[in-house]
Amino acid sequence: MAASIFTAVPRAPPVAVFKLTADFREDGDSRKVNLGVGAYRTDEGKPWVLPVVKKVEQMIANDNSLNHEYLPILGLPEFRANASRIALGDDSPAIKENRIGSVQSLGGTGALRIGAEFLRRWYNGNNNTATPVYISAPSWENHNSVFVDAGFKDIRTYHYWDAAKRGLDLQGLLNDMEQAPEFSIFILHACAHNPTGTDPTPDQWKQIAAVMKRRFLFPFFDSAYQGFASGSLDKDAWAVRYFVSEGFELFCAQSFSKNFGLYNERVGNLTVVGKDTDNVQRVLSQMEKIVRTTWSNPPSQGARIVATTLASPQLFAEWKDNVKTMADRVLLMRSELRSRLESLGTPGTWNHITEQIGMFSFTGLNPKQVEYMIKEKHIYLMASGRINMCGLTTKNLDYVAKSIHEAVTKIQ
Amino acid sequence: SSWWSHVEMGPPDPILGVTEAFKRDTNSKKMNLGVGAYRDDNGKPYVLNCVRKAEAVIASKKMDKEYLPIGGLADFTRASAELALGENSEAFKSGRYVTVQGISGTGSLRIGANFLQRFFKAGRDVYLPKPSWGNHTPIFRDAGMQLQSYRYYDPRTCSLDFSGAMDDIARIPEKSIILLHACAHNPTGVDPRQEQWKELAATVKKRNLLVYFDMAYQGFASGDINRDAWAVRYFIEQGINVLLSQSYAKNMGLYGERAGAFTVICSDAEEAKRVESQLKILIRPMYSNPPLNGARIAATILNTPDLRKEWLVEVKGMADRIISMRTQLVSNLKKEGSSHNWQHITDQIGMFCFTGLKPEQVDRLTKEFSIYMTKDGRISVAGVTSGNVGYLAHAIHQVTK
Repeated sequence: MAASIFTAVPRAPPVAVFKLTADFREDGDSRKVNLGVGAYRTDEGKPWVLPVVKKVEQMIANDNSLNHEYLPILGLPEFRANASRIALGDDSPAIKENRIGSVQSLGGTGALRIGAEFLRRWYNGNNNTATPVYISAPSWENHNSVFVDAGFKDIRTYHYWDAAKRGLDLQGLLNDMEQAPEFSIFILHACAHNPTGTDPTPDQWKQIAAVMKRRFLFPFFDSAYQGFASGSLDKDAWAVRYFVSEGFELFCAQSFSKNFGLYNERVGNLTVVGKDTDNVQRVLSQMEKIVRTTWSNPPSQGARIVATTLASPQLFAEWKDNVKTMADRVLLMRSELRSRLESLGTPGTWNHITEQIGMFSFTGLNPKQVEYMIKEKHIYLMASGRINMCGLTTKNLDYVAKSIHEAVTKIQ
Repeated sequence: SSWWSHVEMGPPDPILGVTEAFKRDTNSKKMNLGVGAYRDDNGKPYVLNCVRKAEAVIASKKMDKEYLPIGGLADFTRASAELALGENSEAFKSGRYVTVQGISGTGSLRIGANFLQRFFKAGRDVYLPKPSWGNHTPIFRDAGMQLQSYRYYDPRTCSLDFSGAMDDIARIPEKSIILLHACAHNPTGVDPRQEQWKELAATVKKRNLLVYFDMAYQGFASGDINRDAWAVRYFIEQGINVLLSQSYAKNMGLYGERAGAFTVICSDAEEAKRVESQLKILIRPMYSNPPLNGARIAATILNTPDLRKEWLVEVKGMADRIISMRTQLVSNLKKEGSSHNWQHITDQIGMFCFTGLKPEQVDRLTKEFSIYMTKDGRISVAGVTSGNVGYLAHAIHQVTK
């Protein structure tokens, strides 16, 4: 047989977070806990299909007027408008002034990718692949790949996590922004920073915005946890809305995976805020071209569920309630874990567990301690020390707390 | 001032423009022959019964909404590979293939295009038939490939320019990539006969070309899924390790659910694993993992014997209606007294028909009869019904006599 053109294709390493889950699945130990992948779990450790989602799916299934026809390239109009409204607020000046645009995307990842592809083609000149893109250190590991694959050649990090004080390195962040070349793109986590769970305070956001405005830096928000972080949609969108009120043009990649629990339906939205209608229209027309060669038009099921929910006052209220249920359980697990660690007298300080927000917590465990947790205690977490609070339940809190205590005291 | 002041307005999509204009037209006799979606004999979208049944089965299982793996739903990808390759395929049985779920046909093509850009070191050129689906060119271009073409459609006969194609293909530099439409060529409806496919395979093999099949109409073209996949299967049997993109938009009517698959036939299962690992690396920064709904419906149908049987009947039903509309259009044209040879309308296959109408004639059809189609004279036969085929024939005759 002739040599294959693929003979030289190397085996790529598996994506870490999914490998973790795969290893967890194969583990036969009854005590095992999965604190890896970022999906919500109930106190029984089960996935949770939101009650409002079940209700709306039933409505959709019973509606014989619906079919499976193609959506428009930019997506379901009712979804797009409502999704952007959720991010920007009902009374957003940008919406009133008709200078926003929306692109329904395949999850938050898809929204990031469309935005990145557009920026590479049209921002800071045409096809300026040299425009620096700044990603927080650390960040969701896929951010880097998205911008690399979109063609950007100069991806940099900005200071974010201060490991020593286990909090935000604001000064480092601001310094990086001062030093960044003008027109650089900054990926900002709108709330519930992944993986650290550490967000700037409103005052700190104001400082960030001031520097970005002065240095002509472009804000590209990643909003994957609106509502899920604090339990309040408005509170979690404060930073994005502040930037809009300060007159910025910006992108906001939204995901409805977590706050609607629609993970596998791939529901996302890229919100574009521009100076005026005309600019936004031209931007959308070019984004349409990008969408057409990536996925042609987006999947309809998830968008229908979200649109139906957001458009109905009653369903919207139910949804907010469901979201608060999830956020509250996470907050409870945070306080329970912290109090156990403090009772055990585990070396170190543990207030960061409750001060951090969202699904994730950067525990501060080092790679050796993480390895101990996995191999000896069958508790699966990322090498960075990131844990998914949703993996904690009233049943496993004690075991996890004791195990962390062991890891910290036995392993340095 | 804005960051976007210099951003040009993108040119309007020619096909969408047709539908927009159609919507604005108030003529009660208007016909939309631009649409690339199946319509029943009442001109309405058709949700397959097997799809409705599959949806009910799925709903009753009350499954969760957890992320799919990057490569998609395993039940779906395996069933897709089997559907395309055939259950007796050596390539399928030996496991020397990788199939990942893609966002319908477009997404699957794009995964393949990106994969070629990253791993096909021999060259950048992708050869498309002339003409091809309008979106092929920008897909490959955006992936970083270069486009070339080979002769395919003969406008003088409205059929395959076989000698032109063979001539051009024989001259394609070795180790180039050639894209072939597996069946129901879009936009012409002109497919090679089996003997012609055999000659194409021999030439392609001799020139050491990498073959990329686009199969968007399996079952929808002839009504027979095995017949429509014949070329793909023949090439593989000849030792040509192809790339393949599949879509379930038309043959299962799952358009907006975006169900599709991308397959690479490899030397062996080990190579397939390596290729799979790299496909995942490409997919993750595009959209992380694919949407479940459409794939689950398709998998349920393919893997449930009763539903699969029903699907085969329904897809044949759709194909048969299209074929019957072709026949009726030709007989109506004869009845109108047209002296032209309209045989190509029944020779061609699939959703689309290259009528041979010139732009000026297309213009007249639109302006005088409110019949909408793309400027190249392509009609979507799916938009023709027993209720309007007479009107269509009359109009075509008026502008061509």
